[in-house]
Amino acid sequence: MPLLALKDICKKFGTNVVLNDVSLDVEPGEVVAIIGRSGSGKSTLLRCINGLEIADRGTIEFGGKAFRPTRSHLKALRRETGIVFQSYNLFPHLSVERNVTLGLTAGKGLPLMEAKRLARDSLSRVGLEDKIGSYPMQLSGGQQQRVAIARALAMQPRLILCDEITSALDPELIDEVIKVLEQVANNGMTMILVTHEMRFAQRSADTVVFMHKGQVWEKGPPKTLFAAPATAELASFIDAILPLGVDAV
Amino acid sequence: MNRNFALPEFVFLLQGLRWTLLLSCIAFFGGSILGLAIATLRISPILPARWLAVGYIQLFQGTPVLMQLFVTYYGLPVLLGVQVDAWTAVSLAFTLYSAAFMGEIWRGSIQAIPRPQWEAAACLSLGFFKQLWYVILPQATRISIAPTVGFIVQLIKNTSIASIIGFVELSRAGQLMTSATFKPMIVYPVVAALYFVLCWPLSLLSQMIERRIDATIGIKRHM
Repeated sequence: MPLLALKDICKKFGTNVVLNDVSLDVEPGEVVAIIGRSGSGKSTLLRCINGLEIADRGTIEFGGKAFRPTRSHLKALRRETGIVFQSYNLFPHLSVERNVTLGLTAGKGLPLMEAKRLARDSLSRVGLEDKIGSYPMQLSGGQQQRVAIARALAMQPRLILCDEITSALDPELIDEVIKVLEQVANNGMTMILVTHEMRFAQRSADTVVFMHKGQVWEKGPPKTLFAAPATAELASFIDAILPLGVDAV
Repeated sequence: MNRNFALPEFVFLLQGLRWTLLLSCIAFFGGSILGLAIATLRISPILPARWLAVGYIQLFQGTPVLMQLFVTYYGLPVLLGVQVDAWTAVSLAFTLYSAAFMGEIWRGSIQAIPRPQWEAAACLSLGFFKQLWYVILPQATRISIAPTVGFIVQLIKNTSIASIIGFVELSRAGQLMTSATFKPMIVYPVVAALYFVLCWPLSLLSQMIERRIDATIGIKRHM
């Protein structure tokens, strides 16, 4: 049974159709990379999965249970899914440790000591245990993004969503985040990533989904998809993003 | 024979200052509680609640505080049949007045926090009030320090309007001492200096708090 099953998801903003009958199954432990041009609906799809946007039509099943956009369903869904944003969205007034423990204490109701233990564990997984008392603005972009990953991991989610999490980083900081992502993926975490980072998509994703005009245009294992795109749209996207060919990355 | 402006006259001004300070505190704390409720209603997803808050703010920001004071002092006995003394009238009028301004300052500060901060808190399974309490209000407080202190300074000075219904605060005490001593050029500068002594430390305190918060969370300030 898939961990996440999306069926015929539609989303419009005004008259602009952003998602048009998107269906996607994600198995436990699977790493799905969603690629596509700007405006193809990738981020909106991710936001619909987490309930930050409510789909106009279609069904979302998580762990075999149908999701409805009620307050209790949203809270339950968000306890099971972590999200990492492009611009980190850390809380600047809270220390690194409190950024990570806040969801555990105020969201999940864990005792503070247990939350602190979980925070230390997840910060050490991203190599930032020494920054526990720092504030987000005292960290580099890469470090802030790693804290955001630690914050999501600490909630012990069954699924992690990543929305273009390397896009706001300087090139020299991307690698440190990619390494952490690969490590999380290798530990068996189910992940859906919207990404322009083709190295990660090729190396670590089990499935790559190419979105175009609000639809799942193509999907498959990265090797097949990048080596032999079935549609002209994907071929043109690959040419644009990888002008030196697949082997270049 | 005219009185000199000496220690007893200065002590009389200090007694007026005490009531200015007390009235300002009542208006500030009362206004804070009501203002926070107004700000919460202003950002509420419930439309009638927002209308209610907007109506309140427009009413109290769009009318002079002097008129509000008259309505409270002279109007309540007529409208509700209850006699109010000067203390009750000025406390009520200034509380309602400050709630409208502080509610709007805080509403602006809350709405200045970027939407992704709400979303990040929601994604950690925090409900609306927990998002507000743990994530939004602490950041909004930092933004609102300067305008809030600016308003408190205005509030302290505006309490002089209370003298119009016979409430003896600092300005009224100054008028009385001027009448008694016929030395306006001594009395009024002293009154002004006492207002300054009250207001200036507040501005300093506001800057100090801002600097301390910024230093703690690592914000570099432009000098």
